[in-house]
Amino acid sequence: MAQAVTPVPQGSAAEEQIKDVGALSQWTLIRMRFMRNRLAMVGTIGLIIMYILVFLGDFIGPNEFSHQNDNYVFGGPSQFTLTGSDGKFGLYVYGTTTVLDEDSFKFVVSVDKSVTIPVKFFVKGDPIKVLGFINTDMHLFGTGDPEQRIYLMGADSIGRDEFTRTLVGGQISMTVGLIGVLMSIILGSILGTASGYFMGLADDVIQRTIEVISSFPTIPLWAALAAALPPVSEDFTALDRYFLITVVLSFVSWTGLARQLRAKVMAYRSADFCQAAIAAGGTDARIIFVHMLPNASSHIIVTSALAIPGMILGETSLSFLGLGILPPLVSWGSLLRESQQVSVIIQHPWILIPGLAVVITVLFFSFLGDGIRDAVDPYSI
Amino acid sequence: MFQYIMRRLGYMLVTIVIVAILGYIIIELPPGSYVDAEVARLRAMGGNMAPEQIEALYQRFGLDKPPYQRFLKWSIGLSIDNGAVSFSGGFIRGDFGKSFQYNMEVNKLIWDRLGLTLLFSMLSLVFSWVLAIGAGVYSATHRNSIPDYFITVLQFIGLSMPSFLLALLLMVFAQDVLKQEVGGLFSSNYINAPWSFAKFMDLIGHMWIPIIVIGASGTAWLSRVMRANLLDVMNMQYVQTARAKGLTENVVTWKHAFRNAIHPLIMVLGGSLPGLISGETLVALVLNLPTTGPLYINALLQKDMYLAGAFLIFLAVALLIGNLGADILLAWVDPRIRYE
Repeated sequence: MAQAVTPVPQGSAAEEQIKDVGALSQWTLIRMRFMRNRLAMVGTIGLIIMYILVFLGDFIGPNEFSHQNDNYVFGGPSQFTLTGSDGKFGLYVYGTTTVLDEDSFKFVVSVDKSVTIPVKFFVKGDPIKVLGFINTDMHLFGTGDPEQRIYLMGADSIGRDEFTRTLVGGQISMTVGLIGVLMSIILGSILGTASGYFMGLADDVIQRTIEVISSFPTIPLWAALAAALPPVSEDFTALDRYFLITVVLSFVSWTGLARQLRAKVMAYRSADFCQAAIAAGGTDARIIFVHMLPNASSHIIVTSALAIPGMILGETSLSFLGLGILPPLVSWGSLLRESQQVSVIIQHPWILIPGLAVVITVLFFSFLGDGIRDAVDPYSI
Repeated sequence: MFQYIMRRLGYMLVTIVIVAILGYIIIELPPGSYVDAEVARLRAMGGNMAPEQIEALYQRFGLDKPPYQRFLKWSIGLSIDNGAVSFSGGFIRGDFGKSFQYNMEVNKLIWDRLGLTLLFSMLSLVFSWVLAIGAGVYSATHRNSIPDYFITVLQFIGLSMPSFLLALLLMVFAQDVLKQEVGGLFSSNYINAPWSFAKFMDLIGHMWIPIIVIGASGTAWLSRVMRANLLDVMNMQYVQTARAKGLTENVVTWKHAFRNAIHPLIMVLGGSLPGLISGETLVALVLNLPTTGPLYINALLQKDMYLAGAFLIFLAVALLIGNLGADILLAWVDPRIRYE
């Protein structure tokens, strides 16, 4: 499948500088191949930027993510102007008022172009907790006036800031895949290696288990396991639930890694270097950890990088169904619960923005995963 | 071949037994037993229950017995009372327990929906195969052309979009641009109407969105595999020989190269079924289709575990049968496969 990626230009400057390629370690070669892959670099840099944005999300967003504004229910994105009502030049946001729509008898937010409020940077706003431990009321930008707020991407059904919520939701959605993959690496490596190394009964049991788990359709199985988690209460916080959701996600996805590792380990077992280690009297643990796992490590990295997108999509789907992340935490999936009805989306299209964030993140992770695979094993299809 | 199929059937039976055990564990997983839930429900409705009544319920559902006996009762209807063994009901005889939410037998609820789920999955499978093979072959034979890049971009988007999001976008498109009523299987004026050609056309009009959406991620993935395989085969010498003989490019592609590039696709056919059924669950919920998805998710949210468990086990069995079919198909298509 490497062909789907932009062809790698041959003989880059880095390679020409180093005359003796034979002196480079395997990891240096992999890194060089990876750096040459443009899509992979786009994915890497894009992800770094996104992680910075979401982790500083409370500070970057002009409002506290759960602040409800009764006067801005389903209000659209704020409109900006470069000239204030007093004729001065600067960045201003138009004021808004709530008026009763005579046709639908609902209150709607309307832009009042006669009022302009200057946008200030590093301004005092709602009290927030940045990165979970820095208490501050400083925001990157805002109006400084709690009655007139900025909504970059509009507001949801109870007037909460969609922009800040998308950033804060990313803190969950963009970590759930990483933690889940970490857990499935641990589970998959142990069981896959044991299965391939010890063979016999252990192998049979593990292989049948994998077969059974993979014979369930993924999302229904995830949903069933998530439904079995206790509801959020005093002793079981939303954060505990978040960790158990990652466990649920990794419960299904370790099987792929275990299968591939088993095949690798079986191949290494008959290789000369392992036979030599066995003949020299190496213990099982030494053979596995010193001789086999380092050889398989690049393979483990590739498989886990390719598994991250599926986990992010899984969390999004579960939370969308109401079985994943629960309030007070937010994730992209739980934000999308607002957009279950077509009529709502048509009237307020900005509530789909968390979905865009999901697509971009998964896309970047796919670029990254494909790039790592091509760099580690350039001859795979 | 016959022996191979029989052996595979044997393995499948063993797997189904384990699937049933796992399914039952999931049914029992939620904290608090279903009787507790039922009691809480009855109390919430205003009735107060005497302790004797609760005790009777416990006995009726066998909650006073150890888990393995409960499993035997639920699965094959075997009950042991003070050494006396008796058979009645059980999963294998079509008694899947009772849905608390609907207060009716599970097997009355699921068959229609299961059928529709399989219908949608099959249609999406056909759709995604036809489209994936077409797109894959085209982009492999027109490598690095603008349509090839376009297809690649579409593939990436198809792989990175959650299915429910695509469903929502297509629904918005159908309603806002095509001015079509979306959701459900029929328009409101046909729901109770007798079958007619117009009703049939209405059904078709409602089916295209789910079929596209369920098939989308599978199509994206399959067409990437197809493209890579065909590119591999196109580099082989026998393809060059075929060209040297003066055969037209069409014959070379379809008759020589394509036939050898399709095997890996059939191999992943079994593996693509779980994705189809998973996708169906979510899409059906968004599109309000009367398939298993909405009922299943609802059952999970309400902790109606007999209903949920029955669905989960049936979906798993459907997948196992699909996998077996894919393997037999592969063995039939590719004579190099050995029936070890």
